[in-house]
Amino acid sequence: MNETILQVKNLHTSFFTDSGQVMAVNGISFNLEKGKTLGIVGESGSGKSVTAYSIMRILADTGRITGGEILFRGEDITKYTERQMQKFRGKRCSIVFQDPMTSLNPVFTVGNQLMEAIMLHTDKRRGEARERAVEMLELVGVNEPRKRLKQYPHELSGGMRQRVMIAMALACEPDILIADEPTTALDVTIQAQILELIQSLQKKLGMAMILVTHDMGVIAELCDELIVMYGGRVCERGTVDEIFYNPRHEYTKGLLRSIPNINNMKERLVPISGTPINLLNLPKGCAFCARCDNAMKICLERLPDEISINENHKASCWLNIKDMLAAGKEVEERAER
Amino acid sequence: MLLALATVFIICAITFFAMHAIPGGPFNKEKALDPATIAALNERFHLDKPLLTQFFLYLKNIAAGDFGVSLKTGRDIGAIIKESFAISAKLGGIAAAAAIVAGIILGCIAALTRNRLPDRLIVFISTLFTAVPSFVLATLLLLVFSITLAWVPVWSAAERHYLLPVIALAMYPMAYITRLTKTSMLDALGQDYVRTARAKGVRRLLVIFKHTLRNALIPVITYVGPMVAYILTGSLVVENVFTIGGLGSKFITSISNRDYPMIMATTIFLAVLMVLANLISDLIYKAVDPRITFD
Repeated sequence: MNETILQVKNLHTSFFTDSGQVMAVNGISFNLEKGKTLGIVGESGSGKSVTAYSIMRILADTGRITGGEILFRGEDITKYTERQMQKFRGKRCSIVFQDPMTSLNPVFTVGNQLMEAIMLHTDKRRGEARERAVEMLELVGVNEPRKRLKQYPHELSGGMRQRVMIAMALACEPDILIADEPTTALDVTIQAQILELIQSLQKKLGMAMILVTHDMGVIAELCDELIVMYGGRVCERGTVDEIFYNPRHEYTKGLLRSIPNINNMKERLVPISGTPINLLNLPKGCAFCARCDNAMKICLERLPDEISINENHKASCWLNIKDMLAAGKEVEERAER
Repeated sequence: MLLALATVFIICAITFFAMHAIPGGPFNKEKALDPATIAALNERFHLDKPLLTQFFLYLKNIAAGDFGVSLKTGRDIGAIIKESFAISAKLGGIAAAAAIVAGIILGCIAALTRNRLPDRLIVFISTLFTAVPSFVLATLLLLVFSITLAWVPVWSAAERHYLLPVIALAMYPMAYITRLTKTSMLDALGQDYVRTARAKGVRRLLVIFKHTLRNALIPVITYVGPMVAYILTGSLVVENVFTIGGLGSKFITSISNRDYPMIMATTIFLAVLMVLANLISDLIYKAVDPRITFD
């Protein structure tokens, strides 16, 4: 079960706009194991969606992967031709987007769009593809699937559309599913249903999953491991328990303080002050420095290295290094930095 | 449908009273006619009766399908319209088709090569031709290609050369459709569903032609109605410049001749044509965009 299916190594992605180079992802690395769920969490503009789109190579025209490797079963897909990528997308790796209201094409029927996905990657004929589409819709819990096939997206509710998106993503049984904030645009009651659905389908099909979200609650429920991103870099990574109960990066602590829980119901929530950094002009030191209450001089000047807190937990924060130095421990430096 | 009929009726009424309000009549000539003759002619064509009576009389006639005869030539108006519309329809039809096809193709090219040379060239051309009115273009084309260079013969009844008049008529709508297609194509390309299509592994060309173009064409279709109107009015001028005996030039001559039944018949004909064009564009609109319903 411990087979690494996807390895992202030192990935850099930038957008080249009129106002300059927007450095959205700045050297992130992670491994995804078969059947496991990796959560990527961070606020808007932290580079989490761009990381996801980089893996599918479906960035907007101005976006480009400027460095690093993305290894799928050992093959670097950043070197794939467009044709190879077309076989990869949908078949090896699928994605469910944030907004089901706009992610389906309004002028084609649900059936047309589902069958297209099926026929692209299998040699099924129309009739067989239709049967498969019905099967998929049943799987994701859409009632009256045959009728739905003939309907247009605007005739379905948001939750229903997201189910169709999921059916479409899973139709060719991909090895990896990327869920890019799959519940953000949905009603709270529907959110729970969709999350449950995704989780049960993942178990059933044995897929690896990357769940991109800014919802810590979703992470806690679904993920095995977690990456916290800020300014296109990884702040902290580890198992969900480690990060929730023993956060070691100031940004993660801030995120956790800003969500309500049973213990702080009566207090005011503490937001992280300030605004996300400008990706056009990244600071020399830690990206979170300007918003960090405990920032030190060195935070301004140098990027902290990622150090291990324990075998299931790593963080990139000078405060940890300071603590460790104070405790007289040797700083473990990651080989690649 | 009822609204369409009402539109035609209102146009009909306005035209009728407006044309009678203009001083002069069909039998006013430089050479004065015998008063008795004029009186006889006026009586023959009911021009001596009160205006309102004339109007209802006219409505009664056209309801029976009788558009009367031309006061100028004495020929049956139905026949004149049929004959001259054949020419105008061919001219306008070719122009409309050329404008739509070329406009969509150029618009797509411009959108896909955004900010590169082809795009800039297309933007330049389309801006240029949105600014040049058709009568200037018609005169210029005639002068350069028919007179100076003599590449294309001048229009004659025996030999009909549609090339120059079609260009003169089609350039503006083409330029307009180009710009429209470009903007809506760029808009559609940035939509989430295009990203979804790419994420499914759809080929780039298919993403463009299946998933993007159909959505991008929705605003273009709404322009089809106004375009028909433009081509109709444009043909009034262009036909005169090229001395084409089509419906447009018949319309102009009928006005300067105060040929009342002819004015009325052509106006009604053009109004019906306009209404039909709008109706057809609505129908295409519904066929392309399933979200549209007629309540």
